Amino acid sequence: MPEPRVITFREALREAMVEEMERDSSIFLMGEEVGHYQGAYKVSEGMLARFEEKRVIDTPIAETGFAGVGIGAAMVGLRPIIEFMTWNFSLTAYDQLVNNAAKLRYMSNGQFKLPIVFRGPGGAAHALAAQHSQALESLYAHVPGLKVVMPATPADAKGLLKASIRDDNPVVFIESEVMYALKGEVPAGEHVVPLGVADVKRPGRDVTLVTWAKMVHTSLKAAEELARDGIEAEVLDLRTIRPLDGDAIVDSVRRTGRCLVVQEGWPFAGVASEVIALVVREAFDQLDAPPERVTSFDVPMPYATNLEALVLPSPDRVVTAVRQLLGLEEAPARPAVAGGAR
Amino acid sequence: MDAGLLLDLYRQMALCRRFEEAAAKAYSQGKIHGFLHLYIGQEAVAVGAISAAEPTDYIVATYREHAHYLARTGDARAAMAELYGRATGASGGRGGSMHLFDAGKRFLGGWAIVGGHVPIAAGVAFASKYREEKDVTLCFFGDGTANMGSFHEGLALAGLWKLPVVFICENNQYAMGTPLYRTMSVPDVAVRARGYPMEFEIVNGDDVLEMRDATRRAVERARRTSQPFFLEAKTYRFRGHSMADPAKYRSKDEVQKWMERDPIQVLGKRIQTLGIANAEQLRALDDEAKAQAADAVEFAEQSPLPAPETVMEHVYA
Repeated sequence: MPEPRVITFREALREAMVEEMERDSSIFLMGEEVGHYQGAYKVSEGMLARFEEKRVIDTPIAETGFAGVGIGAAMVGLRPIIEFMTWNFSLTAYDQLVNNAAKLRYMSNGQFKLPIVFRGPGGAAHALAAQHSQALESLYAHVPGLKVVMPATPADAKGLLKASIRDDNPVVFIESEVMYALKGEVPAGEHVVPLGVADVKRPGRDVTLVTWAKMVHTSLKAAEELARDGIEAEVLDLRTIRPLDGDAIVDSVRRTGRCLVVQEGWPFAGVASEVIALVVREAFDQLDAPPERVTSFDVPMPYATNLEALVLPSPDRVVTAVRQLLGLEEAPARPAVAGGAR
Repeated sequence: MDAGLLLDLYRQMALCRRFEEAAAKAYSQGKIHGFLHLYIGQEAVAVGAISAAEPTDYIVATYREHAHYLARTGDARAAMAELYGRATGASGGRGGSMHLFDAGKRFLGGWAIVGGHVPIAAGVAFASKYREEKDVTLCFFGDGTANMGSFHEGLALAGLWKLPVVFICENNQYAMGTPLYRTMSVPDVAVRARGYPMEFEIVNGDDVLEMRDATRRAVERARRTSQPFFLEAKTYRFRGHSMADPAKYRSKDEVQKWMERDPIQVLGKRIQTLGIANAEQLRALDDEAKAQAADAVEFAEQSPLPAPETVMEHVYA
């Protein structure tokens, strides 16, 4: 058995890349400031010295360009890891991911594999305002042909990144700035977490909190607080948004009879909606309350820290939503939707 | 002058022309659906350029790529069956006219969002360089592409990293239905290569031999020096942007003037002047092309539709 050690989320990601790159010379890392600068968030620190400029490649600020270069290289057999400094910037390369990466295999009738990982931090950090705080997984998960992976712990970060690098499909791998320093036990050496398998991060009998990435920690905090009142919340970490582990969601909700999805991003047409559609279809008879979700407010992220804290899901909001599901508090009116929808 | 080569180029261009005429007919009969972008008038660019490359060099093209596919693969049946949306098509009926692929013959599409494939071509060339292989990538696109950000990012990276890719701009004077002078601040697309920096050459894209020679120089240079090169081929699209476009924005005089440069006629005259073949022999070659196009249509019409139970296949590997 590999020896568990405590390392950071950031180190776990680096370890996955380094181990895979040592195993397979067709893997390279490309992105803004991944090399000489040692990574905008130091994820790739030291990798340039280890693999030299051929395999740790600094790019200009040209997401469409280097995302496309990665796709071209993957089409003919290389296995690129393309780092977006943040996923917000990926939107300038959205055409490459959605029109090209996601479609190539299907529209060529399976003639090509596209083993490429696009990775970097997503979601809100702290007071970065509207253009640098977006949780975009729902956008990418909408697209058939892409896989979407979002680890919540250092061990999962390593294992899921290794699985993503070994996958023959384009993978959207979304990390979090505020989790890079998170510490946890991570097995040394070979540790691969298969894509599409959710993980119970805390077992419970009263309600299922379906969540992923940073919101796993928000949900765990809420679960601790709920436990003080004797409410046992199960925290189910999806780990992979696409492929979605539908069986794990349905099995858990059938046991607990209640489902709350905790999602960092906006509510409208998000992953939470998809999870709830699944729950309604397949666990309807076991539900003791309508499935609910806690999400960001339906608004671009404000800069002011008091407003930002209001917009983002918090343990308090999760606790309140669970109490409402259990009938301990009155359910609120429908949350406000921007644009005057009723 | 290599007589066999000239006749082969003539045969290839005739096949492209007759193939597309047959496709246009089938389209107007409602047998081919969606968008159909014809290359008629521009055949010398694809045929000349691809004839100058090695079969192991990569081709990356746009949605107006029937001729490129035919020049690389020679497979009119697979091309026509794809236009018909049949299981025997180049992309199994999943791609259509705009998405022809042949991985084995290094024909890498068939891309239909203007400009998006330019960085991809740079990436294919990046892979060749990374693996220390001597293959060159040929990237075809139109003049309209030169205003897209993806075009500039692709060129910038190819220049920065010295990638062995030849960018071939098919300047057919129109970005969809809008003339070049309304869409570009410079009359020659090629000058935009200067800043990346990239050597360039402007050629008569209606002269298949000039096109072939220029491409050969560019490809060999890219292979030898691992430097990108930019070729601009001046040509003209005889038809509209797609079958949906009657091209009423062009005067008859303008079209007539360009049709006098019809690349097939130009080569035919040269072949006759050189005494390589007479009009009758050229007509026989053309008849062969018509027969091959007709055979492709028959093959497509007799081919099965893709099996419904396969609809979800190939989304993921």
